[in-house]
Amino acid sequence: MNGAADIAGNLPAHLTGQLPVHLIVAPILIPLVAAAIMLLYDERRRKLKQGIGLAACGLQLIVAVALILHAKDSTEAVSVYLLGDWPSPYGIVLVLDRLSAVMLLLGSLVALPALIYAGDRWHRNGQHFAPLFQCLLMGVNGAFLTGDLFNLFVFFEVMLAASYGLLLHGTGRARVGAGLHYIAINLLAAMLFLLGVSLIYGVTGTLNMADLARRVPLLSDADRPLIHAAAVLLAGAFLIKSAMWPLCFWLPNAYSAASPPVAAVFSIMTKVGVYTVIRLGLLLFGGSAGASAGFGAEVLVAGGLATIAFGMVGVLASQDLSRMTGNLVLVSSGTLLSVVGLAIEYDSAAMLSGGLYYMFASTLALSGLFLLVEPIGRKEGGIAGLLAVTAEAYGLDPEDDMAPNDAGPVIPGATTLLGIAFVACVMVVAGLPPLPGFMGKLSMLTGAVEAAGTQPFMWGHWLFVGLLILSGLATLIAMVRWGIQSLWADAEEPPLPAVEILAVMTVVATLALLTIEAEPAIRYLDRTAEALTQNSVYIGKVMNALPVGEGHE
Amino acid sequence: MELVLSVSMGVLVASGVWLILRPRTFQVIIGLCLLSYGVNLFIFAMGRLVEGAAPIMPKGGFVDPDVFADPVPQALVLTAIVISFATTALFLVVIMASRGLTGTDHVDGSERKP
Repeated sequence: MNGAADIAGNLPAHLTGQLPVHLIVAPILIPLVAAAIMLLYDERRRKLKQGIGLAACGLQLIVAVALILHAKDSTEAVSVYLLGDWPSPYGIVLVLDRLSAVMLLLGSLVALPALIYAGDRWHRNGQHFAPLFQCLLMGVNGAFLTGDLFNLFVFFEVMLAASYGLLLHGTGRARVGAGLHYIAINLLAAMLFLLGVSLIYGVTGTLNMADLARRVPLLSDADRPLIHAAAVLLAGAFLIKSAMWPLCFWLPNAYSAASPPVAAVFSIMTKVGVYTVIRLGLLLFGGSAGASAGFGAEVLVAGGLATIAFGMVGVLASQDLSRMTGNLVLVSSGTLLSVVGLAIEYDSAAMLSGGLYYMFASTLALSGLFLLVEPIGRKEGGIAGLLAVTAEAYGLDPEDDMAPNDAGPVIPGATTLLGIAFVACVMVVAGLPPLPGFMGKLSMLTGAVEAAGTQPFMWGHWLFVGLLILSGLATLIAMVRWGIQSLWADAEEPPLPAVEILAVMTVVATLALLTIEAEPAIRYLDRTAEALTQNSVYIGKVMNALPVGEGHE
Repeated sequence: MELVLSVSMGVLVASGVWLILRPRTFQVIIGLCLLSYGVNLFIFAMGRLVEGAAPIMPKGGFVDPDVFADPVPQALVLTAIVISFATTALFLVVIMASRGLTGTDHVDGSERKP
């Protein structure tokens, strides 16, 4: 049987007793089981599959909330789950700490509205949408939870394999073209990943992240360049995923070609790349890494800043909302990467918690914007019509046939509701008060200005401050321009299915909740950032995890 | 043996990279295959090259690392082969779809204008 070790043996019982031991593996098992059940039913029973999918997403949300409450309460919030009950550096471990808990929550919060939205029409536009969606979630959740590098690779591949299918969902020339490039790039990234992982194994003899973090400071001088080379190869794979300039050119094409619910759920995928950079960067090359401390930090800072600049120009140059949002994904990724780079460079948690808060809010808002593309774009006579003419002039395929909505009720006042949602999402991404994007950006800016005063001068801090403010302005200009052209266009009210607006409003409600509950959220993220820079707790917990079946052998 | 292995990895990876940069989808997929062979050999080599040693340890017995080949890279390479095989097969389907939709085997879906 699977064993687990909630190894907080010395803690009072009321802390250890809260979390059922198998709950940690639930975020991986729920989507797996849901996908398996869906495959048993005929492809035509879409309502049933949609129901199973929604139930699975709801369950994942509940589990993520339970896990985050557990991680919030216990004093040294790292829980270890030993798969197969093998002792820790040899067996495979799942590790839940504050960062992975918050990422799990973010993942399920992005997935639920996307799936609700797909229930209106998109899940009927191709085969196997529902199981692929659950497989994607399984890969994402697994990547957040796993404690060793090779399983990180496996979960990455699960996620990517599902994403190939989802990107092609609905077919059409644009999607197949973008899918071709996307798959080729990700296959290359997977090979870089494998090279890095095997090189790390060849040098250190371990793949367990905690064990690895323990061994990096003890490496001999002859081995150190090898581990750095391996880290660069791995970083190549993660940075392609998190779309750092110059590895980001695939992203706007792929995301704007994907069908809206798919693009919405894809907005969590770049954050998986960012998560692995945060996790491995701070664990392996943080302050306690000896001679390797701070390795690669400047590259992350410079690359992150370049990504912000590239995304910013891209937003201003784009004409349709999905491509603009794709470029905003780049801005959000770049912001995070440079914050992480600065955190690794100075081994400080100052800007990290603001960065995490901004990531949480902006990812949600970006997925909301992807969901808004279609309902707003339906408005005839707006910019959508104009774009169709442009597309024709350039010989592009027009958007695949918009099947008229025959199912589901249609609600009045569509433009008003869409406008409110659009404004809310744009405010979060651009960082305007009072929504959470502002608080995250403010916290990052304060951290950067303070650090620039106390730390030895580095171009990174001031450039970061400048680019962050500029990118907010650029976002605002581009989005307001687009919003005026399409929302205020003098046209008939487009039909708006209730399901679609429900999905969008779910995102907006989550953002509102995040604003109201900002104080506990920021306090939690402060502690997350602090724990990330002091990785001895993480290493200790993982290395000392005791198998539950110890007495029976 | 080291020389043969490293030269073959180098040749595989170099031809793979060259083919990936070519404009035809078929060249790209062959390039990806060659690259994955090179990577698989590399993973295999990371367990150190030992001749004629068994990868499985005796039950409960003491293990002399000199006598046994490291089993972990072999497990890794098996997983990597399976995954790259599956994704390559999927890629092949996408290439066929792209050929059908665009009528050309250029990676961008249209021939470059002269």
